[in-house]
Amino acid sequence: MQPSDETRSIPNSIMPPLTDFLFYAFSGLTLACGLLCVLNPFSRNPVTSAMFLVLTIVSMAGLFVLLHAFFLAAVQVLVYAGAVMVLFLFVIMLLDLREEERRRFKTFTLGTGALVVAVIAGLLVRVLSGALPVSRPGPGIEGDTKVLGRILFEQYLLPFEVLSLLLLVAMVGAILLSKKDMK
Amino acid sequence: MTPGLNHYLVVSGLLFSLGLLGVLGRRNLLIIYMGLELMLNAGNLALVSFSRFNGNLNGQVMVFFTITVAAAEVAVGLALIVALYRKRQTAHVEDLTTLKF
Repeated sequence: MQPSDETRSIPNSIMPPLTDFLFYAFSGLTLACGLLCVLNPFSRNPVTSAMFLVLTIVSMAGLFVLLHAFFLAAVQVLVYAGAVMVLFLFVIMLLDLREEERRRFKTFTLGTGALVVAVIAGLLVRVLSGALPVSRPGPGIEGDTKVLGRILFEQYLLPFEVLSLLLLVAMVGAILLSKKDMK
Repeated sequence: MTPGLNHYLVVSGLLFSLGLLGVLGRRNLLIIYMGLELMLNAGNLALVSFSRFNGNLNGQVMVFFTITVAAAEVAVGLALIVALYRKRQTAHVEDLTTLKF
């Protein structure tokens, strides 16, 4: 690997093996925790799935850091592992779904689902392995807050404001939907 | 081997397949929602790695927007699940067959 901008401040002899190892560790952790979240073999309680989803998201934030997307890694931890997962856990505990999870998997459903997923995964892996390998990162891309904020508020100002409107609509909708007496 | 774009895209594709497996195979509405989140995250990972290896920061801004839309989607969707649970006392897709012909 050529010494590019990412190895400027750290000695070249240490940097590449460490990032390689971290990539494999984080991606293995992401995939393993995602699998455990979906299959949930240890218990029938959805809280376990939610906890494995938290682990998936945090290790994906590690992958974002490896891709030099520092701001997005922080946002991922704050928004997903913080806000979204608290919402999930709150709803799971509010509904008290524990006794409901005793049912069996339907083998037909599971078989067809696994077949579809295997076909799509095989297609993805086949297309990607046939693609031209790109191993050199682009020039000088650092996703820190200052650069992203400049792009966000110069180039994408209108979508940003529309997004704030979307969040307002979602908030009003969530409050209205969870009111006790829906008219 | 130094991980390149293809490595990240393979991880993203496998994660997307896992989320799809959750959506298709599980019968609990909340777990289906978690599968949706996994699929959204796989898309985010693909966007960030394209952004990194193409030298273009627009992909990261797109991921920022995606995360916000996903947060809004989760808020509304979980409110819908709570409202549904109030009416039907279930969060299981096989019990929700009112629209079935």
